[in-house]
Amino acid sequence: MALYHNQPMAHAQEPTAAPIEHRFNPYSDNGGSILAIAGTDFSVIAGDTRQSEGYNIQTRYARKVWQLTDKAVLATNGFAADGNNFVKRVKQRLEWYEHAHHKPMGLKSIARMIQTMLYGKRFFPYYVYNILGGIEEDGSGAVYSFDPVGSYEREACRAAGAAQSLIQPFLDNQIYFKNQQPEPGSQPFIPGNLPLATVLSLVVDSFTSATERHIEVGDGMEIYIVMARDRTTDDLLGEGKLQKGMEIEELGTLGEGQGERTFLVRQALKRD
Amino acid sequence: MMSQHPATWGQPTPANSSFNQFNTFPLPQTQRGQSSHAHHGPVGHTQQPLVTGTSVLGLKYDGGVMIAADNLASYGSLARFRDIQRLHPLGQHTLLGVAGDMSDFQWLKKELDALLREEDALALTDSHPSLSPKNIYELLSNLFYARRSKMNPVWNAVLVGGWDKVKKESFLAYVDLLGTTYTAPTLATGFGAHLAQPLLREAYEAKAGIDGNGPLLTKEEAEKVLEDCMKVLFYRDARSLNKYQIATITSEGVDISDSKSADTYWKFAEGLRGYGAQTQ
Repeated sequence: MALYHNQPMAHAQEPTAAPIEHRFNPYSDNGGSILAIAGTDFSVIAGDTRQSEGYNIQTRYARKVWQLTDKAVLATNGFAADGNNFVKRVKQRLEWYEHAHHKPMGLKSIARMIQTMLYGKRFFPYYVYNILGGIEEDGSGAVYSFDPVGSYEREACRAAGAAQSLIQPFLDNQIYFKNQQPEPGSQPFIPGNLPLATVLSLVVDSFTSATERHIEVGDGMEIYIVMARDRTTDDLLGEGKLQKGMEIEELGTLGEGQGERTFLVRQALKRD
Repeated sequence: MMSQHPATWGQPTPANSSFNQFNTFPLPQTQRGQSSHAHHGPVGHTQQPLVTGTSVLGLKYDGGVMIAADNLASYGSLARFRDIQRLHPLGQHTLLGVAGDMSDFQWLKKELDALLREEDALALTDSHPSLSPKNIYELLSNLFYARRSKMNPVWNAVLVGGWDKVKKESFLAYVDLLGTTYTAPTLATGFGAHLAQPLLREAYEAKAGIDGNGPLLTKEEAEKVLEDCMKVLFYRDARSLNKYQIATITSEGVDISDSKSADTYWKFAEGLRGYGAQTQ
């Protein structure tokens, strides 16, 4: 009878007896960084254009920021294949919505849809950090940030990706005024109120600094600026408003056009 | 399970019968009350490469694209098949250069050739536009991503080179088993990404500049760079072979060279001390 009982030793040997399993890893990390900052009547969404894997630069130009509607821009960061396919799906859902409702989906609805789509793959997640920026229905600039499985919140600013840990503290200080005190007797700080010119230079400084200190950030930068309807563009298009080396183009409206305008600013970053 | 034997047909098989009525292996483990043709247990997938090809290089030049790959299919460290073509033309203006698992490559060839035959048939009767390099690349990207999402990857890294007849410009892009995609004027897979890509970029940027707005390499220059790269890879990549082909894709179509070898130099080895057997 004792023959049929497991020997204690046999149990101890089990791990060594099992074959070493090589499991296919369906994920990769393609580096890069993204960030978005909301203003009162505009939103800025930016990302670098380097795509890398380990120490290899795969390409110096791969898109991470995507115009979704006339008032929504989405930035994706993490595993590039998931990112591209996620954006493709989001765009498809937006098209279906427009066919069904004869109007483009509003920003807060896009945000909730993205959370549903991400959570829908909770047990085989899109390995992607998303930041959605744009103009809310009330005309205010907005930024929504997501984790890979769909937790999201509306914020004044957010950085994500390889250089998140370098950029976010800088934004906390400059946008949320963390560790700053107003001068005695002056107005208290209100986050999300900065002028566009200031926000743009913060974005540029964030990426040039991240490029200096993070190997996965560099090559180029794409900054999308979404402006609320009837907002002046003098602080963007005026003579000498952009820094040297910046190129700007206006992206035409995607739908009927309700007065929101989207601009794309490109700037080179260091390639080393 | 129902008995299939002519004498007892229609009767239930004994509860614990392990007799395999169809001589399939392994025995299907059916639970009573469940549909007998449902899938049983986890699906087993291929999942490591067996016979593999090493680096593929790609380079845009003035008037087209060049893609290079050697003729070796390795079985682990064994140089198993030494006359394998890893460049595969698809239609008039597209070519794949494939690294990774060679049986997955053969399957891919079969699938894509079937698709192209179907397209050719449609084009006979209709003003059916032929698949552009971009179309084929999009299809491959979706296929690779779908398969990785099923945890059953197509174990390859592929360079797609082509000539876009409409835009009148060259096309060069990469896709791999994870569904990762990207495009650049110079591309390399595997070891080539470490050893050849820097040389390719240096040569490309020397003329075109970092923004790519300058003149591109001429056909002769491009060929020279690729030959240098294939030589460097042969020197340092233990899974490579000094027998390779270069394909050129232009508006004229696809041209795949005969197999060739780089001139190698080994004299320096005689002066080395400290490795191998020496009397002094």
